[in-house]
Amino acid sequence: MGDIGKYLGDAGTRAALLDMLLDHVYLSLVPLAVSVVLAIVLGLLCHRFRRVNATLIGLSNVVYTVPSLALFAIIPAVIGTQVLDPLNVIIALTVYTTALLVRPVAEALAAVPAHVTAAATAMGFRPLRRFLTVELPLSVPVLAAGVRVGSVSNISLVSVGALIGTGGLGTLFTDGFRQRYLAPIIVGIVLTLVLALVVDLLLVLLRDRLTPWTRAGERL
Amino acid sequence: MIEFRDVTKRFDDGTTAVNGLDLVVEAGTITVFVGPSGCGKTTSLRMVNRMVDPTSGTVLVDGRDVLGVDPPALRRGIGYVIQQAGLFPHRTVLDNVATVPLLTGWTRRKARQRAAELLELVGLPAELGRRYPVQLSGGQQQRVGVARALAADPPVLLMDEPFSAVDPVVREGLQDELLRLQAELDKTIVFVTHDIDEAIRIGDKVAVMRTGGVLAQYAPPAELLTRPADDFVAGFVGKDRGYRSLSFVDSAGVEVARAPTVAEGAERGSSSDWRLVVDADDRPRGWVAPDSTVVPGGSLYEVGASLRGALDAALSSPSGLGVAVDADGRVAGVVTARQVLDVIESRRG
Repeated sequence: MGDIGKYLGDAGTRAALLDMLLDHVYLSLVPLAVSVVLAIVLGLLCHRFRRVNATLIGLSNVVYTVPSLALFAIIPAVIGTQVLDPLNVIIALTVYTTALLVRPVAEALAAVPAHVTAAATAMGFRPLRRFLTVELPLSVPVLAAGVRVGSVSNISLVSVGALIGTGGLGTLFTDGFRQRYLAPIIVGIVLTLVLALVVDLLLVLLRDRLTPWTRAGERL
Repeated sequence: MIEFRDVTKRFDDGTTAVNGLDLVVEAGTITVFVGPSGCGKTTSLRMVNRMVDPTSGTVLVDGRDVLGVDPPALRRGIGYVIQQAGLFPHRTVLDNVATVPLLTGWTRRKARQRAAELLELVGLPAELGRRYPVQLSGGQQQRVGVARALAADPPVLLMDEPFSAVDPVVREGLQDELLRLQAELDKTIVFVTHDIDEAIRIGDKVAVMRTGGVLAQYAPPAELLTRPADDFVAGFVGKDRGYRSLSFVDSAGVEVARAPTVAEGAERGSSSDWRLVVDADDRPRGWVAPDSTVVPGGSLYEVGASLRGALDAALSSPSGLGVAVDADGRVAGVVTARQVLDVIESRRG
């Protein structure tokens, strides 16, 4: 414990930790946000076109089996980025999270009751507006569950990116192991955990804000 | 006015849902499409607001071919009530009702104000407006569905089995409510149901359709009961149709006789006749039998109501005397089944 106190006592270390934390937030949450948008678009295509559905769901299952470290290494070869470019991690995680979210989005859209969508159409909604104001809001509970899994998974996977030197809290593990110094490793674990919990809490708050109707039954 | 001109709908799988439908729905009336499942009644309804487009033929709303109108614009001018109400679960009752006004560009404030008026119109308390649909009973949800369909004050209302998911007592209340609203609003209503009793109860005219989308008969309900076009209609209209057709004949020709009465709580004495017990306000409370026991009365009918009511009052009365009451529920007199039957016979001649 004394080690950790000494480690955190240094102002330079604390500043470096903050940088790593912010890097970590950036590297994990940007892909999350991008993939939510992508998954909604792809989920909509799955929902509307049966053939797209089979293809995309199959593809997303395959993508999810590719090891993350391999993906980090392959991406520069595919899109021509530098090996150490943080963009590699962002793209890789976006691919993963999108693959994770497509199926629940498609399923949530399919679960919107037919009489509700029929009523919306009969009321004079155009397709895009109907999607954005009726079908999508009704899919939020399922989508939110997927996003929470995605956020935890991204926050842990960003640490793997440190192995190819892309920054984030994972750097604490690589440094700690190289120097055989336990303090940064423990600090890294704690910060990663706290970050995951805080993001999850924020996501739950956001979900509740967007879906007051799901709790309406309880207040009767 | 809605007009179907030789309208046929064949689906991609080769089934014919509607076959050569020719029919005019008069403005300001309730027309009911009724028939067994697969008779094309819902498909016909959906061709009015272009949820389905015909394979051939023309559907006109107020003389205008609906195929010439952009579907969303067309639909905003036609109210639609769906089975199970189809309310948006994620919007409050008030915002559900405000849907079409908001779509047509009203301000939120004005749309909500209009929605509140409509909740009142369909007989729902204002505080329900803040709730979500899941917090409402089935009957309340249907009322909200009707309010939502009426929000933009469309001249035409399409109702697709709107009351079939609620229990019979609630359904009857909703039917009465619809008739009351219609008397006030004078909409052109097309109503789809598989329930012939509902059709006869609320329709100004009823279109009976048979499997394969063929119109079997299009007539006012009384005519459907008394002169079914063929065996299919007769069978579909069902049992007791002779008796039920009396619903459409008023009892004006039935003379009521003075009732032998005895005041409630008074000394009964003895009598060889049945006597009607009345309370201080002259309302019927039951009968005193010749052996002086008190028995509950039968059904009551209001003077001038249908012959069905008069006949039922006589048939259900323990004394054989049907009790007629005035609008305030006071005893107006009594009738026998024989008198009612005589009136029926004399009208026939």
